[in-house]
Amino acid sequence: MQPDSARRRAVIVSGRRSPFVKANTQAASLSAVDWAARTLAEVVAAADMDPARIDQVVCGCVLPPVAAPNVAREAILQAGLPRRIPGLTLNRACASSLQAAVSATEAILAGSADVVVALGVESLSQMPITYSRALLQALQGVKQADRVQDRLKALADIPLGDLLPAMPAIAEASTGLSMGQHADRMARRFGVSRREQDDWALTSHRRAAAAQEAGRFAGEVHPLWAPGGDPAGIHRDTGVRPTTTLEALASLKPVFDPAFGTVTAGNASPLTDGAAGLVIMAEPVARALGYEPLVAIRSWATVALDPADELLIGPALAIPQALQRAGLTMADLDLIELHEAFAAQVVSTFNALESSDFAGAYLGRSEPVGAVDRERVNVDGGSIAIGHPFGATGARLLLHAAKTLVRTDGQQALVSACAAGAQAMAIVLERV
Amino acid sequence: MDTEMTSWEPLQRRRDDAGIVWLTLDVPDGKVNTLSQRVFAAFEQALAEVAADEVATGLVILSGKPSGFIAGADIGELATMTADEAYLASRRAQAILDRLENLAIPTVAAVHGPCLGGGLELALACQARLVSDDAATQMGLPEVQLGLIPGAGGTQRLPRLIGLSAALDMILTGKSVRSGKLVKLGLAAAAVPPALLRQQAADLIERLRDGNEPTASKTLRERIVDSAVARPQVIAAARKKLLEKGSHLPAPFKALTAVEQGLALGMADGLAIEAKLFSELVGTAVNRALVHVFQATTAAKAAASRAEGTTVTRLGVVGGGLMGAGIATVAAAAGIPTRLRDADSAAIGRALQAVDAHFTAQVEAGRLPVHERSQKIGLVSGTLDGTGFPGCDVVIEAVFEDLALKRRILADWESVARPEAVFATNTSSLSIAAIAAESRQPERVVGMHFFSPVPKMPLVEVIVHPGTAAAATGTVVALARRLGKHVIVVRDGVGFYTSRVIGAYLNEAMHLLADGARVEAIDAAMTAFGFPVGPCTLMDEVGLDVGQKVTHILHEAFGERLEPPAGFDLLVTPLRRGRKSDRGFYVYDEPGRPVDETVYGCFHDRPATAPSEAAIQQRLVLTFCNEAAWALSEGVLASPDDGDLGAIYGLGFPAFLGGPFWYLDQVGLPRVVAALDDLATTVGPRFAPAPVLRERVAAGRPLCGG
Repeated sequence: MQPDSARRRAVIVSGRRSPFVKANTQAASLSAVDWAARTLAEVVAAADMDPARIDQVVCGCVLPPVAAPNVAREAILQAGLPRRIPGLTLNRACASSLQAAVSATEAILAGSADVVVALGVESLSQMPITYSRALLQALQGVKQADRVQDRLKALADIPLGDLLPAMPAIAEASTGLSMGQHADRMARRFGVSRREQDDWALTSHRRAAAAQEAGRFAGEVHPLWAPGGDPAGIHRDTGVRPTTTLEALASLKPVFDPAFGTVTAGNASPLTDGAAGLVIMAEPVARALGYEPLVAIRSWATVALDPADELLIGPALAIPQALQRAGLTMADLDLIELHEAFAAQVVSTFNALESSDFAGAYLGRSEPVGAVDRERVNVDGGSIAIGHPFGATGARLLLHAAKTLVRTDGQQALVSACAAGAQAMAIVLERV
Repeated sequence: MDTEMTSWEPLQRRRDDAGIVWLTLDVPDGKVNTLSQRVFAAFEQALAEVAADEVATGLVILSGKPSGFIAGADIGELATMTADEAYLASRRAQAILDRLENLAIPTVAAVHGPCLGGGLELALACQARLVSDDAATQMGLPEVQLGLIPGAGGTQRLPRLIGLSAALDMILTGKSVRSGKLVKLGLAAAAVPPALLRQQAADLIERLRDGNEPTASKTLRERIVDSAVARPQVIAAARKKLLEKGSHLPAPFKALTAVEQGLALGMADGLAIEAKLFSELVGTAVNRALVHVFQATTAAKAAASRAEGTTVTRLGVVGGGLMGAGIATVAAAAGIPTRLRDADSAAIGRALQAVDAHFTAQVEAGRLPVHERSQKIGLVSGTLDGTGFPGCDVVIEAVFEDLALKRRILADWESVARPEAVFATNTSSLSIAAIAAESRQPERVVGMHFFSPVPKMPLVEVIVHPGTAAAATGTVVALARRLGKHVIVVRDGVGFYTSRVIGAYLNEAMHLLADGARVEAIDAAMTAFGFPVGPCTLMDEVGLDVGQKVTHILHEAFGERLEPPAGFDLLVTPLRRGRKSDRGFYVYDEPGRPVDETVYGCFHDRPATAPSEAAIQQRLVLTFCNEAAWALSEGVLASPDDGDLGAIYGLGFPAFLGGPFWYLDQVGLPRVVAALDDLATTVGPRFAPAPVLRERVAAGRPLCGG
């Protein structure tokens, strides 16, 4: 497919992300809104643009604070941006900020926006906790009671068990299994050994550590100062372990299935806080404002399958669809940024893409999607090492793919992430 | 003349279908309503007509000004009165408000915006007060801040309405109360949305007429406090508290007497006593000095509001120290998104924590709604590399005093700044022209001298060098006003205005030390004179090392007049740098903060006899004022008023003396020049009077208004 010069393209102009910080550590005091506001301010500052140019802010967030569910809008207000900018918060689980970028792109292509900031954020340190319906009902009764004795009676009627808050489940609503259990199941189905998983986890850490050492995140990560934290601030992702070894990873016990499981805390992505954002513009507007865009968003695909069948294999379906829409094949890709929920899921995705059986059963074609060059996948590490703030991961993948494509002078890159509910998204980027 | 008078109509009166009379005050030729003799006369007439109106069922008094209800008495008019005239004016105002209070129909003051001084006294004479719940709505009796007391019944009606202790809290400090607290205090019947003020006022009239409005009932605590048994204790405690603050300001004492006597002798006698005490204060030196400061402040604000330049939408601050953090704090308070740059990440972290702590404390003190805290804090972001600076309309550098460093920061900024942006340098002693010497566009370089701690200190000294463009000056003047600061604009020169004046003053304190005065005697003399702290304590706060640096800069620039005494440099050691090193003139880590006796050893040949308190005061005050006069002579100051405001708001010069120039005028310039000449002969030639003083003596003109 030849780029049509008359076509209005959406281009990524610049972006920034926070350091990704292990949940419940140095930056646990920051809410999702705090994270989003900080990164939004940095994105605007780094783009060196008049914030009045922003038409809207779209933010992916999986577990927004109960008190401020529209994180995007609150972040606009908290960051001191012009108050007339609308904010939308959306949720497509772990692909939320891929969706934010796609929503931005669609608005630009539809002509309803010229400049959009696509954000993603998550504070897993401040997961909203909920209480049982029985407790909420009982509390209503207390509120409505006029006399003190009626209030006490209403309070006394609350069963003790209802006082415990319900933590947001990492378990799937539709299958009742935790995500880790799904990963274990997936590893068995796609024949991914514990060793293969630990190998990939080690690769993730080593590549991320090397990238940190070489300063390859320097133009992406903004410093973060958390209230009450070390005044020196946080300047890099805190989950990366440069010194981890295969032996250390092998010594970890399976978390989800003690008897037969292979998924451990070492080969899964950790609970993380963080935010990431991109400035996406209509190409002519970007040029008129004097920007040299990084990449254009060429095509995308969103897929879903039956969660009872397979929860995390979505990227193996989304990737061929996005490639097909771009008129490309696996071989055309200089770079792949694939979300690492679990090493088991990453390797299973490789196996599925390279499998003719999978192609036959799921894609209705006899040829496999194509060989995956592992050296082009997550060249600077992935979510296992860097961390995984659900809503922010997609924007991180896009930002790093865009910057890396420019740095390495590549032409096409692909970004993909699986998401809870057996969904997935893939986006193809091209140099402009 | 008579025809002109009749066309001047401050009150509109309208009776609606329900019989309610709406009396709207809209004083011609002013943004705000003030109460003059003519306005009171108009009220007198209107009230007589309302009293005679048999159809009238109620009276609502309100303002026709969107800016507020009534700002207070006409201060200009008061300033021209003799004590006798003031007494008669007070009695007349009291009589008119008595007539309002005694109307047979229900009366309501419907208040939106400021309701101060005579405005509140008028509202107090109504049967009830209804206020808007707007943030601008406030009530207060600020008379003591002008050296006066309320003179239209305020000292009598307020304690009877809200209780003794709450009333004293307002009357003795002059502080006003915001809308939300007014109902709680019992000052207002209700706080309602501005749009509903009229309708609710009509409803309130109806309830009052039908007897359905409960009269304000005092709390049990107030009733105990107000009982004749407890009253003497409350009054005595208030008097003791006033005495602790010093006796320079007579007004609060008189206000207390008026309240006390009124409660003891009854309303009628109380009003007569109030009028008498009020008239005793009108035209006194303190009253005139405070009115001078008020009028100079108002004029400076008006001039600043006319400043033309860019409205700052994003601010950059370089330097995460105390100053930078303070500037970022006040910028966030003003709602301006601010980037704070420092090469040291920990400095940024500490600055952001200081910003956080400031707004958290504001919330805890009830001065900031809790939901606004994160929005204020969110406005300040840190950067190590200056990301975001190209988009800033103004960048203020607040790094330490190092010419080369400041020039480098300026050059750095110039390479990224957009053409209309302005660079402000926060220096207390370096020449702005020198900082701008290597600039490609010196016209957009300007000085912005903040005082520490920035959130507390009310002054910004804007310094223009010969090449500064008017638009750049206008931009930072408007910015400083938005930051809530008083602004004076001065010309570039070593130490500008404030630093050279305080430098000369501190230098003279060192001379006094060398001449045998003790540290605590110097400090006590100056606090007795009315300064908030003495010069030695101030030097400890500033830092002896900083003081030393500035002293030498000033000495080099101004020569003999600002030469420190021999031995001065021996004072400053790594262990004795002032409060930050726990040791300066005082020892801070020892109980009772004793004087560091070793400081005297720095000065050889120290005479055994110490200068008297009067001599200390004379030498220090005249040094202060004479250096201010030098700044005026040299054109650093545009006017004596600027010098008075700068000294009061920046240096702690006693406001009740009106500032250095006002003070010299009151002493009498011939006397001042004679005293300086005398000191020049007996103490040292540094006391030679500034040229402007001799000129004014020769011309027979004062400094202020001359």
